[in-house]
Amino acid sequence: MNKQRWLLIAAGGVAGLLAVILVLMGNPANMGLCLACFLRDISGGLGLHRAAPVQYIRPEIIGLVLGAFIASKATGEFRAIGGSSSFTRFALAIIAMIGMLVFLGCPVRVMLRLAGGDLNAGVGLLGLVVGVAAGVWFLKSGFSLGRAVSQQKSNGYLFTAFIVVLFILLLAKPAFLFFSEQGPGSMHAPVWMALAAGLAVGVLAQRSRLCMVGGIRDFIILGEGHLLYGFVSLFVVALMGNLAVGAFHIGFAGQPVAHTDGLWNFMGMALAGWASVLLGGCPLRQLVAAAEGNTDCAVTIMGLMVGAAVSHNFGLAASADGVPLAGQVAVVLGMLVVFTIGMINLPAVAKGGVSVGKGS
Amino acid sequence: MEREVDARGLLCPEPVLLTKQVLDTMNSGTVKVLVSHAAARENVSRLAENKGWQIEIASQGEDILLFLTK
Repeated sequence: MNKQRWLLIAAGGVAGLLAVILVLMGNPANMGLCLACFLRDISGGLGLHRAAPVQYIRPEIIGLVLGAFIASKATGEFRAIGGSSSFTRFALAIIAMIGMLVFLGCPVRVMLRLAGGDLNAGVGLLGLVVGVAAGVWFLKSGFSLGRAVSQQKSNGYLFTAFIVVLFILLLAKPAFLFFSEQGPGSMHAPVWMALAAGLAVGVLAQRSRLCMVGGIRDFIILGEGHLLYGFVSLFVVALMGNLAVGAFHIGFAGQPVAHTDGLWNFMGMALAGWASVLLGGCPLRQLVAAAEGNTDCAVTIMGLMVGAAVSHNFGLAASADGVPLAGQVAVVLGMLVVFTIGMINLPAVAKGGVSVGKGS
Repeated sequence: MEREVDARGLLCPEPVLLTKQVLDTMNSGTVKVLVSHAAARENVSRLAENKGWQIEIASQGEDILLFLTK
């Protein structure tokens, strides 16, 4: 096996192991690492939404971005680039987050929930695969958000600078920030430990290009399982870890930070997978690419944070009680918007209405 | 036969898809692929390797040029 594959297995494995440890150290169950949940918490910590149980500046995100930034600088892979349909990406990211908060987790947490025995996540995984397949159809039909071009270096640093400011805010805890006193946002591993875990995952994810959505996508497109090694490794290590510490409880009912509404677990993740494929990857990959200097991915992260605010401010997000009607409507509308964005960025339309054939 | 694929500024999997479309139409020859970041370089290399192409990599300014030959 080549070096890249070992790196992926290591990245997935380390992420899976650290996720189990972070839960032991205080994170919510099956939420050692969840990029969607943590961005949602940061959104709440900044007061962009006022859902009291999910407000915290998650150091895992800060560490992950800093780790990926350091790795990309050390290897000379950092590059300020952007300008590929930035606002369309912003909109797609809002929609992807709405889907993830109806399911209650990003693709990484799908695997962590499964590894904890939460069978609802199996339904979510099916939805994710169907959503990714829908996105692949658009890609194969020539869907493109267009080229990014080189930008002034300062553009590439801005996202990491924002993350550093978040870290300073977390340490200083000024009164204008919000920190949950109960609920998932109040449950967290010690700051320095979460930061270190994020750093380790960030470095490894940058080096290995770990991406959950990308794994399923490439398998469908190329029949090639390279990126899936990371996905499977994360699941296997987290499963073994959960079994070892007694955190594995198989079933549908009573799972931590989850609901049992199968239809909307499926639909939420299908929407998230579909939008993520059009964006080029799951939230984890977007965070890493943003740290590498890709400003379109930085805009995508801002879209995910705004999406979390929209979800909670408008009562779209699910809870342990299930998915509110407004959330169900939002998922269906989201699918219509993603479909429309997909169609108008197909080459026949993008080139002025005349079909010029696949890929041209 | 010599073909070029300009995948600069495209996020994965587009560089791979564009390269695959060209490789699928060729039994031998040279294909030059231009990409903008290391992840695309690795993905295109893996695709070409799996299809039995030889790969040489050179940098071209900030971009990366892959020479695929078979």
